[in-house]
Amino acid sequence: MPWIDACGADEIDREDVLGWDHGGRAFAIYHGVDGRFYCTDGLCSHEQVRLEEGLVMDFEIECPRHNGLFDYRTGAALRAPACDALATYPVKVEEGRVQVLIE
Amino acid sequence: MRRRDGPAVRDTLIWIALHIVFAAGGIYFWGSWLAVPFWLAYGVLYGSACDSRWHECGHGTAFRTRWMNDVVYHIASFQVLRNPVNWRWSHARHHTDTVIVGRDPEIIWMHPVKLGLKALAYVGIVDVWQSSRVLLRNAAGRLSPDERDYIPESEWPKAVFWARVHVAIYAAVALSVLVLLASGMGWRSYIPALLIGGPRIYGCWHMVMTGLLQHGGLAEDVLDHRLNSRTVYMNPVTRWLYWNMNYHIEHHMFPMVPYYSLPRLHELIKHDLPPPNTSILDGYRELFAAVLRQRREPGYALKKELPPTAKPYRPHLHADIPERTNA
Repeated sequence: MPWIDACGADEIDREDVLGWDHGGRAFAIYHGVDGRFYCTDGLCSHEQVRLEEGLVMDFEIECPRHNGLFDYRTGAALRAPACDALATYPVKVEEGRVQVLIE
Repeated sequence: MRRRDGPAVRDTLIWIALHIVFAAGGIYFWGSWLAVPFWLAYGVLYGSACDSRWHECGHGTAFRTRWMNDVVYHIASFQVLRNPVNWRWSHARHHTDTVIVGRDPEIIWMHPVKLGLKALAYVGIVDVWQSSRVLLRNAAGRLSPDERDYIPESEWPKAVFWARVHVAIYAAVALSVLVLLASGMGWRSYIPALLIGGPRIYGCWHMVMTGLLQHGGLAEDVLDHRLNSRTVYMNPVTRWLYWNMNYHIEHHMFPMVPYYSLPRLHELIKHDLPPPNTSILDGYRELFAAVLRQRREPGYALKKELPPTAKPYRPHLHADIPERTNA
């Protein structure tokens, strides 16, 4: 399984999110308040809205359309109307580049 | 954009304090005409301001802290006589399919418009009757086909549970009135009902006054919120009670922006929006002219003019409403 180069680590401010499309799929990459990077599906599990337009607060991402809330570390849905978890993907940073492991 | 707890904590403490002050005044001056303004003010705080608190906390935008949104959401849902589970989902649908006929469960201006019923809405009787029936039906464990459509099955038991909680509280209020009547308290026996439940009738006029303006008379079945929603400049007291939902186009375009930031958002994007109505009266003039015409021409809708600098509305891009999945 290859690690895929996604973006520069300096492209995402801390406590912020960046949308990333790869292989016809949408992903969201987060720069957490702990300084680490995380990656989830890029579309809300409620109505397929792109999450990179949403609001990152601490370790949570809020969908911009209906305010569904997820923990982007685990993908867990925290508030209706989001009920189903987002898939999460391993992330590493090498030489200033964020890489995502996609199965 | 950053979300904060401060503005909503401040406004909620004021809201609670005013409930206490006005209720205390109404009880203290009971039997005198001096009690009337206290009850009227209490009624609006309970029976109208609850709607905006329900709305903002339902979105989860009023407070940054999640449990604060949830607590105020449940209190306000009870006050406004809405099942907190059902309405969370109906409102999500309202934002997905705003004024899309057959999809949006929160269309207020159903056709043909019945002006008599709309007038009665200001005293809450019809709405309370209908909402009570829904609550009782839910408490009995039954959800309507529509509710089963827009509420995920996993949430149905919660809808029944909260309906039972609400019904139990109303039953306790009714019982306390009966006990007080039986103990010879006379008219004072009705104070519990004036405090809990009653304001949804005698204090809802402000909620109705502002709510009818949100989408009334405007385009149905369009996806551009500039055409199906209305922004109206309102006085500061109304904006506080209504938590700035007079900036309704802005709210529908950016539902995650909290109420306290809507005036600032309005300033940032107003060049791209239709000119706002300048007052509540101005909004009602426009609304009723359109509604009265709709009674003669059911297909008519007021088409808001966009500024020349705005990105134009392209009807051909909105000709087909896409198929939706349930939820």
